[in-house]
Amino acid sequence: MRAALLISVKDLRQRLRDRSAILVAIVVPLALAYIFSLVLSGVTGGSMTFTYAVVDRDNGPLAHTFTGVVLKEIERQGLIEVRREDSVETARALAASGEIDAAFIIPEGFSGGVQAGGPAMLEVIGNIDAAIGTQVARSLAESFVAELTAVRVGVASVFLAGGADEGETAALAARAAAVPNPVLLEDVSAASRELDPDTFYAAGMAVFFLFFTVQFGVSSLLEERNEGTLSRLVAAPISRSAILGGKLLTSFLLGAVSMTVLILATMLLMGALWGNPLGVGLLVAAGVMAAVGIMGVVATFARNAEQAGQWQSVIAVVLGLLGGTFFPVSQAGGVIEKLSLLTPHSWFLRGLGDLAGGVGPAGVLPATGAMLAFAAVTGGIALIRLRKLTEL
Amino acid sequence: MSVQNILECNGLRKAFGDLVAVGGVGFHISEGETYGLLGPNGAGKTTTISMIAGLLERDRGEVFVDGMPMTTRSVRAKKAIGYVPQELAVYPDLTARENLRFFARLYGMQATDVKRRAEEVLEIIGLGDRAGSRVKEYSGGMKRRLNIGIGLLHRPRLLILDEPTVGVDPQSRNAILESVEELAGAGMAVLYTTHYMEEAERLCDRVGIIDLGQLMAEGTRRELVSLVGERDRVALAASGNLEAAARAMASLESVHEACPGGESIHLLVDQARNLLPRILEEAAKAGASVNGVEVTEPNLEAVFLHLTGKALRD
Repeated sequence: MRAALLISVKDLRQRLRDRSAILVAIVVPLALAYIFSLVLSGVTGGSMTFTYAVVDRDNGPLAHTFTGVVLKEIERQGLIEVRREDSVETARALAASGEIDAAFIIPEGFSGGVQAGGPAMLEVIGNIDAAIGTQVARSLAESFVAELTAVRVGVASVFLAGGADEGETAALAARAAAVPNPVLLEDVSAASRELDPDTFYAAGMAVFFLFFTVQFGVSSLLEERNEGTLSRLVAAPISRSAILGGKLLTSFLLGAVSMTVLILATMLLMGALWGNPLGVGLLVAAGVMAAVGIMGVVATFARNAEQAGQWQSVIAVVLGLLGGTFFPVSQAGGVIEKLSLLTPHSWFLRGLGDLAGGVGPAGVLPATGAMLAFAAVTGGIALIRLRKLTEL
Repeated sequence: MSVQNILECNGLRKAFGDLVAVGGVGFHISEGETYGLLGPNGAGKTTTISMIAGLLERDRGEVFVDGMPMTTRSVRAKKAIGYVPQELAVYPDLTARENLRFFARLYGMQATDVKRRAEEVLEIIGLGDRAGSRVKEYSGGMKRRLNIGIGLLHRPRLLILDEPTVGVDPQSRNAILESVEELAGAGMAVLYTTHYMEEAERLCDRVGIIDLGQLMAEGTRRELVSLVGERDRVALAASGNLEAAARAMASLESVHEACPGGESIHLLVDQARNLLPRILEEAAKAGASVNGVEVTEPNLEAVFLHLTGKALRD
């Protein structure tokens, strides 16, 4: 154990003198997490708030229903912000300048026209740079108009059929008076819980680069073999297990330190919410072990450290993409979502999602167990193959 | 096994597939003795010392270091060996001092001894003033010296040096050879592999000539030379009655041939250094004046050529 620690301390000292190591382990993942969070937070279904303007030129009861019931309810849920404007020109200017995502124009005589049997029409002016916000506004308007049309058709049908009895009339009146919210908001299930964008990208980049960070320890065995220092270690009065233990310990410590620094940095700089510390600790420990195991196996198939680095990078990128570190794979569904379960990255992010959903440390045990299984299988193979590398 | 032997190995054999790299090599080294393994590249020198140092599993044979059996898992026997590989087995991102301290701890030295011994070795190898610089900033010769210094750290009973002067400038080479002479003088047993005949002749008390994985012959330089029946050559630059002088010299015991020619006499003798005073005496008696003497003793290169039919550097 003493020899393994000595080797690990020596390796860490060498690694920390290499500035590229700090770049890969901390600076790059932190910067990318910040950039992705900033640029892509709306795309991934995060807590984006759309800003809309309403120009009510009707001031009738149906216009009031749309602004006072439909939009107000969604605004109450924090999904949109609504501001009133007096003129279409002003609303158009605001959309053009990017101050709002879209504007609803309720035309003059809208309520009267609909009640008289005319077509229900709402106008939406979109901000060309806010495609998603405009699309949401358009959907809201279309849903409202469709609902009005359905009610009107229902009422007309009843009367054409010979009048309505007291109960049907009351039901239709009630439905017409309270046009339901056209946007269905439902609670997400535990299976598809998602992290907020800041936390998602912080965690995604951290676990993605973890697979690069842990490469050094196991690859340095190849490096020592090629450069001749391994023969000196083997000639020393220590066991070969101590040499291997030192290398694996180096990888683990590098991974654990980089993850810890990234967690603290993203909490402080990006406001990422990682969740229960004990649960996060379990996930990090298991994730680092899985990364060490996988990168260890890959290294054993290479002829030298350079080749190992190339292969490890390819595997790290493929697993990272498949594991949903850049985009949540839950949105892809189907085969991709199932394949992602073959990556530790996916289980790591799932575990964090569970923590975000409110489960305690015990709730991350399935994800932790899955990653430990990866670690056990790949680590076992790596140990057997790495031991052969110490035979000169 | 003789107790004064620091190293004793018998019947060492190692094959890589069909290729027998070492086939039945055995020798011993006593305390304070420097033993040279002389052979060309690919002769089996490194494979032999890899088995002795416990780096390589052997197929057959046995190795005892300071009385302890050596295998790839022997911790105690490995502690008795200082191993200096042919490659520059040092960490370039660490300083010389850090390299030395790391290996000192790895060899189980006590913390209080580690710092003191590292400084001692830095002085021995002449790197005291550059001890805090990273090794990657060193010259090739400095790296070589550090490479050797690491092998000396724990005061081993047996120092194994695998071609330590390969790729070294003449000045550093000489410094390395002087260091080895000093270590042997201090009582350390040294196993030195080389394909440089001059190094083996200068450093080694006994030499084993190895080729194609076989120990062809071993002994002191003199024993090896006499083994193949080679004689010393003496060239005298002389003037005067050279014919008479040559005849007088030819009558001496141990002089096998004496040929006058131009302004010189060429002799083929045994033990030239011992015989030289008598040769000069005979020249003077015969009326010849000797202006210069050149003695050419048969060297290990000639022995190697005789034993293997090829030159050392082939």
